[in-house]
Amino acid sequence: MRQVSIVGIGQTKAGEHWERSLRDLASDAILAALKDAHAEKVDALYVGNMLSGELTAQQHLGTLIADWAGLGGVEAIRVEAADASGAAAVRLGYLGVASGVQDVVVVCGVEKTTDADAETTTAAWSAGTDAEYEAFQGLTMPAMAGLLMRRYMQEFGVGREDLAPFAVNAHKNGANNPNAMFRSTISVETFMKGGMLADPIGMFDAAPLCDGAAAVVLCAGERARDLGGRPVRILASAMATDRLALHSRRDPLFLHAAYLSALKAYEQAGVGPREIGLFELHDAFTVMAALSLEACGFADRGQGTRLAKDGEIGLQGRIPLSSMGGLKARGHPIGATGVYQIVELAQQLRGEAGANQVQAHLGMAQSLGGSGATAVTHILGA
Amino acid sequence: MNVPRFWRTERTRYGLVGELCRACGRPIFPPRDVCPHCTEAGQDVHAFGGKGQVYSFSTVYEAPAGYTDNQPYTVAMVKLDEGPLLTAQLTDVDNADVRVGMPVEMVTRKIREEGESGMIVYGYKFRPVMQA
Repeated sequence: MRQVSIVGIGQTKAGEHWERSLRDLASDAILAALKDAHAEKVDALYVGNMLSGELTAQQHLGTLIADWAGLGGVEAIRVEAADASGAAAVRLGYLGVASGVQDVVVVCGVEKTTDADAETTTAAWSAGTDAEYEAFQGLTMPAMAGLLMRRYMQEFGVGREDLAPFAVNAHKNGANNPNAMFRSTISVETFMKGGMLADPIGMFDAAPLCDGAAAVVLCAGERARDLGGRPVRILASAMATDRLALHSRRDPLFLHAAYLSALKAYEQAGVGPREIGLFELHDAFTVMAALSLEACGFADRGQGTRLAKDGEIGLQGRIPLSSMGGLKARGHPIGATGVYQIVELAQQLRGEAGANQVQAHLGMAQSLGGSGATAVTHILGA
Repeated sequence: MNVPRFWRTERTRYGLVGELCRACGRPIFPPRDVCPHCTEAGQDVHAFGGKGQVYSFSTVYEAPAGYTDNQPYTVAMVKLDEGPLLTAQLTDVDNADVRVGMPVEMVTRKIREEGESGMIVYGYKFRPVMQA
């Protein structure tokens, strides 16, 4: 396997893009990434997306985006793994280059959630659960997280307020990210007063669905110098799955896919959680952040909120989380999110994170699909 | 939606019919061809008793399309007495009265209507066990 580097990054602002369509957003991110990489020609395009068929009646996305981004003729395919679609696309792009089959690829995550009404989007998003035995019963993604959160609170004696620091931290960091959807800070009081989406999941536990696109250009390590920018190395790329339905898991409160993919990633990179300098995790809901920390070895079972309470998740803390706002404040453009995480890690490792710059030479990103049934973990190095 | 999509799950949804794995003996719900515990293919039909306890629950205030008529409603993971967990709506109970560990039993209820001229789909929900 060849060393793979990220040589270009691009992103649109995450948010409500009433004037831009799915294809426009994807093109914007791809062109920005290609420009950043000083690359004109790529061997393949991988598009991460979950809901274009359901929300905008558009499939065949690989070809559409290749066409509209001016990559005419190139090999192109859409990758779907629920919320982890973007990260899965990065993984496939990585495999294409690492294997030696492709030299330069572009990976784009894109989602357009505002073209459909909220109820339709909520229903479509819940297709990442078991459609016949979870979504069929009226479960939404916030409700899946609500089931996890209620049980987590019960089993480990945790209160709603103990999860607040994840959201407060994300908003604080998002305030300095020009591409974030929410750029305002929130207090614990605000967090506690937010209305309920799926009790005990409140408005401020949940990341907002939104539109957005992000892209990265990957190339073989030996070619990275020919292209522009400061290359960021992909030291590990790993993916794992768990039983799809939450009720089928051995222990619903342990994210086994997250654990497995992190374990594989640590082995590939030859590091452990102690060496990781910052972590972009899947904070679609506050409780998922706690569960990810536990699954990835940053905290013991039931102790995921402690790092947050002790102030260790801030930019100066032991393990900075959601350094550009995370899903909570940057926004969660579902199938694009996994690529945003990689773009933001690259910004950090290139020293281009502005006011949110973390001093680190190793960063990890983990994207979860559905209620944690898919996990994709990447470790990047400066 | 075509009708077969629903009638092929009739026994599961109306009768809570699952399986016992012939190889490892573990109860399986919902039924599937490959045992999730030991990965052997080969199960015997097994009807669950329909009694269990609330393992966790969440009250949904922003329902998906097709489910908004009943919001807010409470969904739960129910641990059946025989072992498996399943996911279902709770019914015949005030949302504020639900507790983890509450004994519940299966009933058949309307799950959703597929528009004015579409199907009315039924399935299992769970309610608090009636006190004698």
